[in-house]
Amino acid sequence: MPETLVPACQELEAAFREAWADQSFRDELDGLLADYAGRPSPITECHRLSAELGVRVLLKREDLNHTGSHKINNVLGQALLAKRMGKTRLVAETGAGQHGVASATAAALMGMECKVFMGEVDMERQALNVFRMRLLGAEVVPAMSGSRTLKDAVNEAMRDWVATVENTHYCLGSVMGPHPYPWMVREFHTVIGKESREQCAKLLDNEIPDVVTACVGGGSNAIGIFSGFADTTAELVGVEPAGGAAVGRGVPGVVHGMKSYLMQDEFGQVQEAHSISAGLDYPGVGPEHSHLSSIGRARYEQVTDDEVIAAFQLLSRTEGIIPALEPAHALAWISRDRAKLAGKTVLLNMSGRGDKDVGQMMEILG
Amino acid sequence: MSPTLAEEGLTIPDAPSEPGEFERSLRATRDTGRKLLVAYVTGGLHDEWPDVVRAVADAGADAIEIGIPFSDPVMDGPIIQEASELALRDGASPVTVLDTLRTIDAGVPLAVMTYYNLAFHMGHERFASLMYEAGVRAAILPDLPLEEVGPWATAADPAGIETVMLAAPTAPDERLPRVVARSRGFVYAVGLLGVTGERDALAESSLVIARRLKAITDKPVLVGVGVSNGQQAAEVSQVADGCVIGSALMRRVVEGEGPAGAGAFIAEVRAALDES
Repeated sequence: MPETLVPACQELEAAFREAWADQSFRDELDGLLADYAGRPSPITECHRLSAELGVRVLLKREDLNHTGSHKINNVLGQALLAKRMGKTRLVAETGAGQHGVASATAAALMGMECKVFMGEVDMERQALNVFRMRLLGAEVVPAMSGSRTLKDAVNEAMRDWVATVENTHYCLGSVMGPHPYPWMVREFHTVIGKESREQCAKLLDNEIPDVVTACVGGGSNAIGIFSGFADTTAELVGVEPAGGAAVGRGVPGVVHGMKSYLMQDEFGQVQEAHSISAGLDYPGVGPEHSHLSSIGRARYEQVTDDEVIAAFQLLSRTEGIIPALEPAHALAWISRDRAKLAGKTVLLNMSGRGDKDVGQMMEILG
Repeated sequence: MSPTLAEEGLTIPDAPSEPGEFERSLRATRDTGRKLLVAYVTGGLHDEWPDVVRAVADAGADAIEIGIPFSDPVMDGPIIQEASELALRDGASPVTVLDTLRTIDAGVPLAVMTYYNLAFHMGHERFASLMYEAGVRAAILPDLPLEEVGPWATAADPAGIETVMLAAPTAPDERLPRVVARSRGFVYAVGLLGVTGERDALAESSLVIARRLKAITDKPVLVGVGVSNGQQAAEVSQVADGCVIGSALMRRVVEGEGPAGAGAFIAEVRAALDES
C-alpha cells in the first residue's frame, strides 16, 4: 500500500473502532438497514428446486435488499462512517456494478459526491448498472488499463484516493485491501450471518444447516454468511469461478494492500481473471478466505461458466427467482455435487438478483 | 520456492548506521555543491532501453532508477503505466531486466524501482542478491510502507541493497522521523497527493515536505512525483537536495524520441539545476 495512504488507513481504523463501539452509530445504521434497505432479508425454502436436486436448498435472500444485493449492508455502514469522519466524497470500484450502484445510492441518500471506477469491459457487459449509477448522481469512469475489469478498477480507485485522501473516503466493496478494510467490511456484513443463524434456528429441526455456501470473488457475501456459522458444525463452502479461482489456483501474493492468495505468473505479475461474471472477475481474494482455507475451516470449489449458465436457468425455472450470475456459481456447485449432497440441507447466500445479467444472458442463450 | 502465508514478524530492523555505497555517492556529490538529479527509466521498454540509460547518465543524471515493470502499478500515472504495459508486452521480467542491466556500464549508481509483489514472489534474499549482482545498490518499493518493510529490509540490508523509503505529505510529524530513520540511499519525498505524472506547475506541497524533511535529516532528500521540467527541478531543489524525474522523461521515450531525445531532456534539466 502506498505510504501516502497509511495515515488515512490508520485514521479509518481508529474511526471505525470508535464508531462500532458507539451505540448511537449502531442504532443509526440498524435504522437505515431496516427502514431504507429493507432488512431483515427472508430465507426462502426452495421446494421445487430441492425436489429436482434431491438436496434441501434454502436461500438467504440478499437479492431482496434495496439496490438488489448484499452490497448495501457494507456501503451504508461505510458512508455513515465517512460522514462521521467529515469526508464529503466517496470513491469506489465496481465489477458487476452492484457495489457501484450501492455506493451511488448511499451517496445520494447522504448528500455526498460519488465517483465510481469500472473496467471498460465491465461497463459494456453491465450497461444497465452504469446507467443506474449515473441516474443516482454518480460519476462513472472507465478503467482503461490492464485487463479493464475489477482489478484495474481497484487500481484506479486507489490512484484517485492517493490524490484526494483529504476529503475522500475510499468505499471499498469487498473484504479485501489494506487493514482495516477486510475486518470492517466483514463486520458490516455479519448482519447476514446473524439473521441467518436466527432464522435457521426457527426453521430447521436441528437449527443448523449441514452446509453454508456462497460465491467468492473478493468474498464479502461469503464472509458475511459464514460469520454466523463459524462456531457450528456446518460445512462452509466458497465457490469461485474456474477462471478466477484465487484460493483454488493462486499462490500467496501482495497486492492492493493485502497478502492473500493471488493468481500470478512465474514472476509475480498479477494475472487477469476470466469469468462470465463481472463481479467475480478478480484474481485475488479476501485474506480471511485464505486463512479459512489454510486452517481447513472452509473449502473452496470451482465451477465453469457453462455450469453457471445452467444454474441461472435452473433457479429461474424452478423457483421464479432470477439470480445474479455471482450466486448462480454457488448453485452451480450444489447442482454438480448433488449426489454427494443428497438429503442434506444447504443454505445458499443469494447475494444478488439477476436483472443486471439478463441482457448478457439474452446474448448467450439467444 | 513459493512464499507461504505464515505470519511474518512485523518488527522493523533498524537501518545500519553507516550509509551504504549508493548514499555515500549521493552525499559526496551533494557535498560538492551540486544539486542531485535522479532519472527514472522503465527497464525492458523497447530494445533501446540500455542506450536510454547510458544517454541519461552521460547527460548528467547522478543516479538512475530502473523501473522493473509490474502489472498493477498503483502509484503510477498514465505514462509509467503505459511504459510498463508496453515493456511487459515485450516480455520484460525482473530476470530479463536485471540480466540486461549487468551489461550496461552506466557509470552512475543504480536503484531499482518496482512493486513489492515481485520481490515477495521471488523471495527476498534471491531478489536482493540478483539486484546486487546486476550492479544495483538501492531499491524503491512504493507500495511497501514502513510498517511492512521488516521482512524485506532484513534480507536487503545485509545484501548491500539500500531501501529508499517514501515520505508523503500526509505523514504526521511523529511519523516522518521514523520513515527517515529507516530510509537508506536517500529519502524520497513525495511531492504531492497523487500518482506519478507531469504537472503544469510545481505543487506547493513538494516544498513543504522537502522543508519538513530537511529540518530533521542529513540524508539526501530528493523530491519525486510531479517534478516535470528543468524549471520545476530548480525550484524544488532550492529546498531539497535534488529531485527525481520519471514521467516527463518516459513520455519522451514512449513518444519515440529515443536515447538522443532522453539525453537532451536530462541535459536540459541538468543545466537548469546547475544554473539555479
